[in-house]
Amino acid sequence: MATVEIIDLVKRYRSTQALRGIDLRFEPGRVSGVLGENGSGKSTLFRILAGVTRPTRGSVLIDGENVGVETRRMSAYLPEIDSFYTWMSIEEQLKFIGSFHPGWNAAKARELTHFMGLDSSARIGELSKGQRARLKFIVAFSWPSRLVLMDEPLGGIDPPSRTRILRAMMQEFRAEEQTILISTHLVNEIEEFVDDVVFLHDGEIALQGNADALRNDRGASLSQMFEEVLS
Amino acid sequence: MEFDPTRPIYLQIMEEVKKRAVRGDYSVGEQLPSVRDMASQMGVNPNTMSRAYQELEREGFLHTRRGEGSFLTHETERVEQERTALAQAACTAFIAQLRDLAFDAARTSRLLRQVEEEVNEDGDR
Repeated sequence: MATVEIIDLVKRYRSTQALRGIDLRFEPGRVSGVLGENGSGKSTLFRILAGVTRPTRGSVLIDGENVGVETRRMSAYLPEIDSFYTWMSIEEQLKFIGSFHPGWNAAKARELTHFMGLDSSARIGELSKGQRARLKFIVAFSWPSRLVLMDEPLGGIDPPSRTRILRAMMQEFRAEEQTILISTHLVNEIEEFVDDVVFLHDGEIALQGNADALRNDRGASLSQMFEEVLS
Repeated sequence: MEFDPTRPIYLQIMEEVKKRAVRGDYSVGEQLPSVRDMASQMGVNPNTMSRAYQELEREGFLHTRRGEGSFLTHETERVEQERTALAQAACTAFIAQLRDLAFDAARTSRLLRQVEEEVNEDGDR
């Protein structure tokens, strides 16, 4: 499991500022929800954590290490848009991905494929968006990563796929070994699954804390807090 | 299990475990499902389940034996105490609702007797 420390993180694109100097700490062994609308900065944050984009300013430490080869080796990053090969079957794709992941567990991949209700001989190009989202999940949980970064895994997919993904996430999550960060704007979907939450708004932290502690203090659901934060 | 998202989830899990014990789904001294199994059964995060178990243990409602698991208290009185507490909470909510309808204590107990008779008559039929 990994501790993530973010200090004064800024990301500027040509004309926009995606992150405006945020300080955050994600505790090890917990499931943290990064909640915000499109354009709030959540995808930028995940891309920086995954080492896909460099920050304009500030630092990110994963288990005390700067983002780089080492941290990439221990993180499973699920971008919003996958990069699967449409001409491969699920089985071929998983075998291919497994070949460059340390500790890839082929039996686990088969078990998850079955649990997710996917046919391993189906061609990627023929899968629905929801089925592809399930496949992304299988990839992330078929090897012993210490940090799982799921960027909008629920957006634009059918409710049954959402339920399957969230249920599988809870079943596969190993609190002794893993830290999970999940970003979404579908706050009501993740109410009972996250330990801690961060609400991002316009590149800044609008609210953060332990989910149950926030419910206790405010007598409101995370969805209601989300509405409040945005208004 | 359906949760009320406006209240802490771990508290609702604690209430559910207590209700199950009071109803006799779990008997005194019985071993409870592991944190992981119970989390998957109720569809929650295992960390939240772990917190609920810890709080139940702190209240003396269950005991965890290292390497063995968690067991419901073997004190029958403790479960009875919880039954009374749950019934009291239900009454408090009920009375608050009736107060909201401007029912005083006398009218409330008259109504209670009346409804109880009706329920009994229905049961006799």
